[in-house]
Amino acid sequence: MTTDTDRRTLLKGAAAIGAVAAGAQLLPGTARYAQAQSSAPIKVGFQVHRTGIGAAYGRWYDRTTKAAASLINEAGGINGRPVEIVAEDDGTDPKRGAEVIEKFANLHECDVAFGTLFSHVVIGSAPRAGELKLPYFVVSEGHHVASGMLNRWTLQPGITDVRSQIQSMAPWISDNLGKKVTMVYPDFAFGHDHRKYFTEAIERLGGEVLEHIAIPPSETSFFKYLPKIPRETEVLYHVMVGPGVLTFVKEMGEYFGDSGPEIFGFIDSLEAVDIASPGLEFLEGSHFWEGYPRYAGEDQSEHDAFYRAAVGVDDNGASLSDPKDVSTYAHMFGCWETLHILKAGMEAADYRGPQDRQALIEAVEAMDVFPESRAHPQGSKLFNGRTHQAFGHQHISRVEGGRLVPVHRTSIFDTVYEDQTDYTKTSF
Amino acid sequence: MDILQYLPFDLPHPALLLAGVLEGTVLAAVLALTALGLSLVFGIMRVVNVAHGEFYMLGAVLAWFVTTWVASVTGGPPWLGFAVALVVAPVVVGAIAAAADWLVLKRLDYDPEATIVATIGLLYIIQQLALTFYGPDARPVVAPFDFRVQTPYFGYSGYKLVVVGAAIVLMLAVWLVLTRTRIGLVMRATQYDRETAQAFGIPVDTVYAGVFALGAGLAAIGAVLIVPIQQAHYLMGGDPLLLSFIVVILGGLGSLKGTLVAAVFIGLSDGLISTLYEPTLAKILATLLVAMVLVFRPQGLFGARAA
Repeated sequence: MTTDTDRRTLLKGAAAIGAVAAGAQLLPGTARYAQAQSSAPIKVGFQVHRTGIGAAYGRWYDRTTKAAASLINEAGGINGRPVEIVAEDDGTDPKRGAEVIEKFANLHECDVAFGTLFSHVVIGSAPRAGELKLPYFVVSEGHHVASGMLNRWTLQPGITDVRSQIQSMAPWISDNLGKKVTMVYPDFAFGHDHRKYFTEAIERLGGEVLEHIAIPPSETSFFKYLPKIPRETEVLYHVMVGPGVLTFVKEMGEYFGDSGPEIFGFIDSLEAVDIASPGLEFLEGSHFWEGYPRYAGEDQSEHDAFYRAAVGVDDNGASLSDPKDVSTYAHMFGCWETLHILKAGMEAADYRGPQDRQALIEAVEAMDVFPESRAHPQGSKLFNGRTHQAFGHQHISRVEGGRLVPVHRTSIFDTVYEDQTDYTKTSF
Repeated sequence: MDILQYLPFDLPHPALLLAGVLEGTVLAAVLALTALGLSLVFGIMRVVNVAHGEFYMLGAVLAWFVTTWVASVTGGPPWLGFAVALVVAPVVVGAIAAAADWLVLKRLDYDPEATIVATIGLLYIIQQLALTFYGPDARPVVAPFDFRVQTPYFGYSGYKLVVVGAAIVLMLAVWLVLTRTRIGLVMRATQYDRETAQAFGIPVDTVYAGVFALGAGLAAIGAVLIVPIQQAHYLMGGDPLLLSFIVVILGGLGSLKGTLVAAVFIGLSDGLISTLYEPTLAKILATLLVAMVLVFRPQGLFGARAA
């Protein structure tokens, strides 16, 4: 065999890697065939990140969703019909996300789709949901719903968005930590929301962002990004997602030791990770944004106690059955609250079947306040039917003794901003 | 007057250079081990192992299982579980590779094209089995020891520096086996001419199974070394596979010296370009370099010229 043939063989191998990478997105999921009759349960298509970079969130979104659905069913379901959760893995991949929406509408004949977190999956799936006229309730935090980028069929009533979170955090950061900020964020839509809105917010407060450091969400090694942090940085603002988050925070600790800037992180950087993990000791005294405080404090509400027990989470935010299985507590309440809003919306619209999907959207658009309750354990919220977005309290916690201790809770009005769109004026 | 101000470009800050060199050296060390496995398998068996990255992933996942198990059974310190993993993971991965060779590759008579397709299948099987039994989460393995080295500009993980040393020792060992032992002689004879070797009584099938196991074992050792830095995850095999292919093509087909030189070159340039500019740019340039090498020096830097 000559070297020339060998080279061709090797090149074919290299080409095969490409084919494999492309093929990885085509792996078949499990299809469940179910009957769709008018007397059948209300089917909620649950687009879940069971695999891929969002898997830790997916696991807990799944548990929260199941807990909320069984609670609703125990209380008689929706309009007297039981709720059935039809879960499909989207692989945390936008292309598969759109396929999953297609399956919900045409194969499973779901009444609505629900549950997506990662912003690129939402942005990839929402146009298909709009074309199929399938109500799509996302639990994503992204600003893409309220920005007007999506469509009338896509709503985010159960979780607040990045823009409002940042708007309410920035004054606290500027007053308490510093005005010269370096941002580290994931290089996709969610991170770009952080880049745009935090930079604008801190500049309005007389501060500045010295450096923007974007990291691909699939990155596994982070040290090489850290020397780009300017030495005059007063506050390091970090938000990271994906399987490498623990590595990211650990490497940050190795890099700075005890002599770093003030650190302000979004808890996304450590969702599903124990704050007391080895290598994270340097975080002591640093601050995090939390959508919903992970540790149950002395002022725990009865609604939080009820919700925690129903989902199976202990006072440290970990699974009751495995204290090492830490939840994504700051985000997953959105699934619980969204399902309760779906119930309220379907009952208001007297929802009977897919012919009432438009009435369901209109019924949710007409909502304006969600009072704190068992259905809304994170706290009261305002809902803006024009922008399809909810607004709620935000929390800042300090790391003390390897735990997160809340130090500041914003008012809802700190988080509200002017409308950027009016979906109610767009056609169905 | 500062003479530097007349330079046509800004000198990079020494902190960036130092960080780039450190990160590049660690990448080079692990890459050399991983690519060496791919190069050996290709050099001796003429098999392009597309599943090589999955053997790497399997090494990391096994390291997590072994360290967790040792910690729960003995309650011993992290280094104990890590030491056990360093032995168990490559042996188990090597055994799986030998079984794959016997079950699949041998039955295809090592046909170069058929084995590419077969190893793609192997890639999926291993990856999906890991997803099924290990799960979709990234899980950390505690480093056997942890100390922080303070440079004038920043701190650095002492463990990463130890990884470099360990990789050098392992590569020396492989080189000694190949050049100084009877097993190495048999391997080289098989590489030189399979039929003649067989005629002289060399059990070629056993040699092939052994080489495939050795290649996979090297990837697994590389992964055990890296897993305290990066966490074990079922999708972690993609990057090392791509980088190993880049290294093997650059270095020359089946040339171990070329593999080493190319690993050091790609590792250091990736580290420096990543810290000074963008990690994505580093990957773009490495891939461009491969294209250029294939156009202008298709046999690679150290490969033999086509007859």
